[in-house]
Amino acid sequence: MRDVAVVGFAQRQTRAFDGSPNCVELLVPILHELWEQTGWTKADIGFWCSGSSDYLAGRSFSFVTAIDALGAVPPISESHVEMDGAWALYEAWLKIQTGEADTALVYGFGKSSASTLRRTLALQLDPYTLTPLWPDTVSIAGLQARLGLERGAWDEKAMAEVVARSRSNAIGNEYAVRRGETSIDDVLAQEMFADPLRRWDCAPVTDGAAAVVIAATDRLPATCRRPAVIVGIAHSTDAADLGLRDLLRSPSAAAAASGAGGTEGVQVAELHAPFSHQELILRRELGLAPDIAINPSGGALAANPMFSAGLIRIGEAARRIWSDEADRTLGHATSGAALQQNLVCVMEASA
Amino acid sequence: MSKVPAAVIGVGQTHYRAKREDVSIPGLLREAIDRALADAELTFDDIDAVVVGKAPDLFEGVMMPELFLADAIGAAGKPMLRVHTAGSVGGSTAIVATSLVQAGVHQRVLTVAFEKQSESNAMWALSIPVPFTMPVHAGAGGYFAPHVRSYIRRSGAPTEVGAMVAAKDRQNALRNPYAHLRNPDTTVESVLASQVLWDPVRYDETCPSSDGACAMVIASEAAVAASGITNPAWIHGTVMRSEPLAYAERDQANPRAGRDAAAYLWRTTGITDPRAEIDCAEIYVPFSWFEPMWLENLGFAGEREGWRLTEAGVTALDGDLPVNMSGGVLSSNPIGASGMIRFAEAALQVMGEAGEHQVDGARRALGHAYGGGSQFFAMWVVGSAPPSN
Repeated sequence: MRDVAVVGFAQRQTRAFDGSPNCVELLVPILHELWEQTGWTKADIGFWCSGSSDYLAGRSFSFVTAIDALGAVPPISESHVEMDGAWALYEAWLKIQTGEADTALVYGFGKSSASTLRRTLALQLDPYTLTPLWPDTVSIAGLQARLGLERGAWDEKAMAEVVARSRSNAIGNEYAVRRGETSIDDVLAQEMFADPLRRWDCAPVTDGAAAVVIAATDRLPATCRRPAVIVGIAHSTDAADLGLRDLLRSPSAAAAASGAGGTEGVQVAELHAPFSHQELILRRELGLAPDIAINPSGGALAANPMFSAGLIRIGEAARRIWSDEADRTLGHATSGAALQQNLVCVMEASA
Repeated sequence: MSKVPAAVIGVGQTHYRAKREDVSIPGLLREAIDRALADAELTFDDIDAVVVGKAPDLFEGVMMPELFLADAIGAAGKPMLRVHTAGSVGGSTAIVATSLVQAGVHQRVLTVAFEKQSESNAMWALSIPVPFTMPVHAGAGGYFAPHVRSYIRRSGAPTEVGAMVAAKDRQNALRNPYAHLRNPDTTVESVLASQVLWDPVRYDETCPSSDGACAMVIASEAAVAASGITNPAWIHGTVMRSEPLAYAERDQANPRAGRDAAAYLWRTTGITDPRAEIDCAEIYVPFSWFEPMWLENLGFAGEREGWRLTEAGVTALDGDLPVNMSGGVLSSNPIGASGMIRFAEAALQVMGEAGEHQVDGARRALGHAYGGGSQFFAMWVVGSAPPSN
């Protein structure tokens, strides 16, 4: 495989964006930031790929206006996935592997606040047997959390520990929409939202966009002192039917980790866990050692902009390498109900 | 970092109809997938990854339907990607699947594209008013009709050229067992006699709204060798290009993104004279006049000269450069699948498996798709011989 590194990352996350239903305006300052980071212009980008959702925007072809934000004149080599931007990054990585491009700019965007998100996401379920019941995201996660409590897979304190750490870590993240010095007792003192979940156990509804620049290591920007080289990237999917799955497991997360070459030596992991107990499932499935720093950014419990939150995890993990805080990091993305689809990207400081 | 040579080793299509009420959405996909796997002499166990494509989710009312479909399409326990690039998506999806093989990541990739348009009303799903964005009034026909008028004005093409395209494609469809529209009585005269919907586009010059799916198995050179398939469609080149919906001096009747894409494709496949070196083409023609428009955009004819090829019968099934031998988008249009059908029909031609609409001795064929406001393009060239590049 050709060595490809993450060399640029910019993001915007906010509780409710006061603009268009798809947040593409946010791409303009984000791109500007990336040109400053890399010293590049759009002419240096060989391939563009994005992730977003028509349903979130409430319209068909929501990504079309994003092309306007890029200023794609002359025409560009470009693609789009109806998935989180993390999978767009995977497609861009493929493009660089084929040799058809040396560099790529990947972005994701979405305005979760435009609808009642937990209800909109019920439209991702089986339209014949499940969607007509409107099981919303929080309720499904509640069933999953309850199952774990009753089976002894985790307890309330373990969930509260995830919440307290996420909120406390997020203090240093200017884009976090939920943050604050928080103890386990503070969490347990909160009232129930969807028993056994407290509001803080659930990712906040967040609007936002993010972009990442990747480049073959023989085509790095001059500004890049310590590139985060992708040493493994893989993803997998589980069957959707909630009644046929063991909700305490996520085989696709384990398959993604092993496909990415395993997680040995990882020092920092940014996990896309929209509910506190899902972090506990992921840590086990990814085989993360107990001393690994999890979500120094605060993770999805601090901010969870749909369709860019997974890409942001990769960007945040790469940033820890650029800043010399770590030599080997991991970014993870999830999609679908109850951790159905997962992607793992392992990065390393180049020798 | 040289590309792993890749080829299509299996193709499967559903019967295209206005309403496939006999099958669910998973059932529709399986009809195409099962045929593609049988054609490739493989089972789900042999497949490494699945790449799904479709146009807007509002067409079926299911958000990211590949998630609930994962089990039915054999993607559980495997990597699955979902592509959406507007009308070009069927082509883009095939290209993403190809890149999984060319990158050396996988040996055998299943790709499928579909639309079950009868679940909703496509015209109005495309016409939702969006703040600060130019509205697409009255669906795609209302949007594209001015481009057609512009083309006719510039080129001086006679009025009946559009009708000739429609009559040709509808007659070709009679030779394709999967085609949606089957009107043996369609002639240039009957097309000209049909109702004008969006001046100058007549009812019979317009694509139908169809339910359907198309699937392909794409394999690496090694996987082709290990298979029993002796007539694969080798993928010689692929390209995708995009440009904004509107910008100063944008030529919507002959968009630069399409011209750039074609130029790149011919260059990277070593084709210097596409008219002579391409044996037949499946081109995305949802409204009849787009045949001459795209012939120019692709470089098969000079500017303002495309209609002359149509008029002279060059694009007929027995012509020098047959176009849309399957009946094209004008005869079957499950939007999300329409681009992949073009790519798959091009593959069938060079595999020699196109049945009654086979072009004799087709060795190199073009598959083409476009989407949005003529701003997203996806194309590939497939051949009966392995790629030399």
